[in-house]
Amino acid sequence: MLRHRLAAVFAATLLVTAGCGGTTKDSSSSSGNQQASATADPNAKLKEGLKIAYLPKQLNNPYSDVETSGGEEAVKELKGEYKKVGPNDAAASSQVSYINTLIQQQQDVIVVAANDPNAVCPSLNQARAAKIKVVTFDSDASKTCRDAFINQATTEGIGQSLAKMALEQAGGEGEIAVLSATPNATNQNAWIEVMKTELAKPDYAKLKLVKIAYGNDDDQKSFQEAQGLLQSYPNLKVIVAPTTVGIAAAARYISSSSYKGKVQVTGLGLPNQMRQYVKDNTVKKFALWNPADIGYLAAYAGAALASGQITGAEGDKFTAGKLGEYTIGKDGEIVLGPPTEFTAENIDKFNF
Amino acid sequence: MAKRLASWDSIIILLTLAVLVIASLAVDNFGTSRNFTFMVLDLLPIILVALPMTFIIVTGEIDLSVASTLGLTSSLMGWFWNQGLSIETIIPLCVLIGAIAGVLNGFLITGLGLPSLAVTIGTLALYRGLALVVLGDGAVADFPFSYTGWVTGTIADGAVPNVLILIVVLALIFGVLLHATPIGRSLYAIGANAQAAHFAGIRVARTKFWLYVVSGAVAGLVGVLWTLRYSSARADNGAGLELAVVAAVLLGGVSIFGGKGSLPGVLAGVVLLTALQNALRLEDVSGQALNIVTGALLVLSVLLPNVISSIRGNWQRRKLRQSAA
Repeated sequence: MLRHRLAAVFAATLLVTAGCGGTTKDSSSSSGNQQASATADPNAKLKEGLKIAYLPKQLNNPYSDVETSGGEEAVKELKGEYKKVGPNDAAASSQVSYINTLIQQQQDVIVVAANDPNAVCPSLNQARAAKIKVVTFDSDASKTCRDAFINQATTEGIGQSLAKMALEQAGGEGEIAVLSATPNATNQNAWIEVMKTELAKPDYAKLKLVKIAYGNDDDQKSFQEAQGLLQSYPNLKVIVAPTTVGIAAAARYISSSSYKGKVQVTGLGLPNQMRQYVKDNTVKKFALWNPADIGYLAAYAGAALASGQITGAEGDKFTAGKLGEYTIGKDGEIVLGPPTEFTAENIDKFNF
Repeated sequence: MAKRLASWDSIIILLTLAVLVIASLAVDNFGTSRNFTFMVLDLLPIILVALPMTFIIVTGEIDLSVASTLGLTSSLMGWFWNQGLSIETIIPLCVLIGAIAGVLNGFLITGLGLPSLAVTIGTLALYRGLALVVLGDGAVADFPFSYTGWVTGTIADGAVPNVLILIVVLALIFGVLLHATPIGRSLYAIGANAQAAHFAGIRVARTKFWLYVVSGAVAGLVGVLWTLRYSSARADNGAGLELAVVAAVLLGGVSIFGGKGSLPGVLAGVVLLTALQNALRLEDVSGQALNIVTGALLVLSVLLPNVISSIRGNWQRRKLRQSAA
């Protein structure tokens, strides 16, 4: 009996739906929820007492803790109310309940690192409809549902910084080599391309890139590749590793070899991994964006939006405390700036 | 009647009402219509999956594969959409696929006589694995706003969420089936003693089989609703939902050993868990503390009925002894 009834229901629904044309991927155009553009008042004062809430991908992640600590500092400077909430897991949908709660609490700004660019969209747009400004960091939400995105670094910025550090460390001339991740790593390849463009400029004429080696982001392989580079190129002056695994492995090799002091290692690294090599003089300088500055900049961007100083339109300008003046780029992107350089003098100020 | 009032499900219903009243008075922004919509959206997947789950647990079985079935239909929904199928075809198709997932569960459990706990833990992994095969790490997000907006919207932009109609209709159907029809009574009989039920002429295996099919179909439907609510078809959608559902059903007073429980109690259990989480979040209680509260509540919900019944038993024995003396 039950069987017949169920079968009938299925048959009926299928018949009904097969009959009409229906909505398909091609026929539907996704409707963005573009907000009416207000006009920015560059002279508006930053409001005090703004409620600024941070929603990282998940709680208890050391990297995002450093990011939000910068946010907390900025919110204090702004005399606002800081808050950090977030799910215990990084599932696509678990942030939505938290966004809804923040809407109910009538926050002024939500700073969010989206676990899924689309899953958070409907609720972020509800937040914006409730006059809450939405700033994304780390990983962007779809651009139809946020006011601004803090981009930690541009490809150009990183590539230029790598070339500049190589020139400094080589003392203006000599052979350099790159120790990258995998041969098809998208980020690394893009940075190396920019670096090559820089090297073609007259300032870099005496610098010679002899080899790009690949350590596959594997500690042991990177270590062996560093060793191999020095065997093949005894006159090598600098190894540039645009990957945190590569730079740590290369530094470990150099620090325990007779090349220590003769060959420099630089690139992109994490201060906690590199501290001992900076202290023992194997590494003089390396770089990475400062995660605390990302959270810091996000707070000022949010405050500027909530105060009406900016609307998130391209060309809007605002000042972000100690970081200085920023201009909003295309699609509401705000680029943090050139990466932070770490040296023996400042490395103890960073813990990530 | 006195017994009815003291039963666990009526305690839970009263507790739920108390939490709702206290939260509305004490927690800022809890008792607003917008928060009501948010809460209904949060409890939608749990409450719908809990309906057939109640039936299954009443018969003394369990279905832990529901969240993976949800993930599988969500994945397939994205895949079908990318293939150019119309959404009006995809939705019933996904419900059908959910039902087929239930057919496999039902066949393994009633056809081959395997334990439901083991079978559905197996299909939990299997269906989630298939979901990952279909969509991998990717997501499909460009579903039409006419559908995604309906799921998150309210009737005439008022205070009543659209999906509440769906919840009410399905809860009524399942409630009437369980509490006012021979089918419902046969479920309790199976849960109390499957063998006795068999001798009483109830087709135990066949009934259980259809429960799994219905459970799969509902999980498929919830997969569709989940995908539309978050505008995102992903293989990991709904991961862990089965535990929230089983927790709510047990909290609502359904015995894990079968034979006992009521649907109003389960509905109250779902509302209690969701409302408590919502209120605590509004009070800025951290996620970890939230887990501790719900965990403690569940342990209590299993512990208290046992304590109450053993106290009652002791008291009755003492009274018997006194009257004998």
